[in-house]
Amino acid sequence: MTLQLAFFYLFATVAIISAVMVISSRNPVHSVLFLILAFVNGAGIFMLAGAEFLALLLIVVYVGAVMVLFLFVVMMLDVDFAQLRQGILQYAPVGALIGGVLLIELILVAGSFVVTPEVASSSAVPFVEGMSNTEALGNMLYTRYVYLFEAAGLILLVAMIGAIVLTLKHKPNVKRQDINAQVARKREDAVEVVSVESGKGI
Amino acid sequence: MIPDIGLGHFLTVAAILFTLGVFGIFLNRKNVIIILMSVELILLAVNINFVAFSAHLQDMAGQVFALMILTVAAAEAAIGLAILVVFYRNRGSIAVDDVNVMKG
Repeated sequence: MTLQLAFFYLFATVAIISAVMVISSRNPVHSVLFLILAFVNGAGIFMLAGAEFLALLLIVVYVGAVMVLFLFVVMMLDVDFAQLRQGILQYAPVGALIGGVLLIELILVAGSFVVTPEVASSSAVPFVEGMSNTEALGNMLYTRYVYLFEAAGLILLVAMIGAIVLTLKHKPNVKRQDINAQVARKREDAVEVVSVESGKGI
Repeated sequence: MIPDIGLGHFLTVAAILFTLGVFGIFLNRKNVIIILMSVELILLAVNINFVAFSAHLQDMAGQVFALMILTVAAAEAAIGLAILVVFYRNRGSIAVDDVNVMKG
């Protein structure tokens, strides 16, 4: 067994065990932490497959941002998780049945298909010798797939605006800056010139 | 090409992760947070498939596609969690059974 294969088995085993823990652990915080472990091991598998940039992207962006967002939300919501786990075994048999059938089908497909040589020789963007993974990916992302890249940026923008719009809440009794009112204010509204006679108040 | 590890290994790991994700949706039918996490697991499995085929076929397009899936997954997680927070604020619970306010 070569070193690469040994590492592959290590990453795969830890990823699968932590995936099991994600769906079966009692505490959702533990679930998120196991999901982080699963993603880190997924990044290891990416690295073994030669996708170095995606592997590091998975760790930096996914684990660093998305999973931390999950952790924040799980810790922020004060939910009775024990109550949510009631009747969990009720759905386990049908889930196990469907999952088992799906797994058997997937493994049968994965084990039995072959790639015809014509497909392999007609790849859309073949690897270039001597070009690093990041360079190759960037080379393609900014030329051939530039519209896809911009669409991805647009998706993230929409997601960001959507999340802000959904969660923004205007509390009553909080003083806020009203720029329209500020700009529309005239001199007559604010200043009044009063001629005061001497010896008398206003 | 992946030197020692065959394509079948990658596909098997991805298949198991995918199945665990689907099973997790059934198992934690009430808890939206775990359902979102199961969806993330499924997307990770899909990404492993894309990267494995990209390495097997010597084609960079698969990795670009995996990048796009990562983007969409991040957007989905952000929107999903935002909806979750709003829902919790309105109902005081995140149980799926309580999501029937819109029912006529």
